[in-house]
Amino acid sequence: MELKINGTQKTFTDEILTVTQLLEQLNLSVDQVVVELNRDILAPGVLSTTGLNNGDELELIQFVGGG
Amino acid sequence: MDLLKIADRTFSSRLMVGTGKFSSNAAMVAAMEHSGSEIVTVALRRVDIDNPQDSLLSHIDRSRYLLLPNTSGARDAEEAVRLARLARASGCDPWVKLEVTPDPYYLLPDPIETLKAAEILVKEGFVVLPYMPADPVLARHLEEVGCATVMPLGAPIGTNRGVRTRDLISIIIEQANIPVVVDAGLGAPSHAAEAMEMGADAVLVNTALADTPDPAAMARAFRKGVEAGREAWLAGLGPQRRQAEASSPLTGFLRNDS
Repeated sequence: MELKINGTQKTFTDEILTVTQLLEQLNLSVDQVVVELNRDILAPGVLSTTGLNNGDELELIQFVGGG
Repeated sequence: MDLLKIADRTFSSRLMVGTGKFSSNAAMVAAMEHSGSEIVTVALRRVDIDNPQDSLLSHIDRSRYLLLPNTSGARDAEEAVRLARLARASGCDPWVKLEVTPDPYYLLPDPIETLKAAEILVKEGFVVLPYMPADPVLARHLEEVGCATVMPLGAPIGTNRGVRTRDLISIIIEQANIPVVVDAGLGAPSHAAEAMEMGADAVLVNTALADTPDPAAMARAFRKGVEAGREAWLAGLGPQRRQAEASSPLTGFLRNDS
């Protein structure tokens, strides 16, 4: 499956059905990132029920130090 | 007790600190603790998915500090609104330090886009604390659209140059009915004290704490600077004069001429 994540095209061979599964595959914890799927912000509660399709564009965002 | 009230919350500290540019998370946490601050700013960025870093939030005690996400990196209102919404989706309180800085050299806030974004975010229920040029007219507009504070800059971000906009900030303080937080450019505790002596309600500091070998000690120094300036403001500074006015009696000198 092809996904565009944070502006970069990525190919996944393992089956990824949901956003939660994607985060697991990327070794990211669900409470660490905010997810935008095709410009829609996903509430943390829907990550495990939101399906992914070939060609989807995701932004995975996290808090970093800032002033 | 002298409390800082912003929106529906009160704080005993008038020093807010940023979390950027520290040499380590331990140094950042030490600075936060020693500053006595109750509000800390954070930024939002893309995860480096090939090299994920551990979560900043795991180092910040959320029961002790109110997390104030900023919209740094936003070049216009639309980008700022998007960042604010993302921050809220993480489960934070809907507070946002609004920053719209299209100019990469001086990082000066765009007044028009800032006002536009503020209006949208207030309508969406955010508590909006806008970083802004030290412009009294803009401050009034931001207050009118419902911002919780105004945050005029003392000097460009990260410059450590102090309250260079002093006269304009004085006018903002004189006119504002919401807290005035002097943000950006404060490089020394004396700068923080100066802003507070002028009647600012709070200050925000980041670079000055991160850019020193001993952030904890500098945080303590800033805390004292803020407290000293606040007390002086509450006490009321004496008037300035052109000519000397003797502190000692002008009578009873040890001489016979009058």
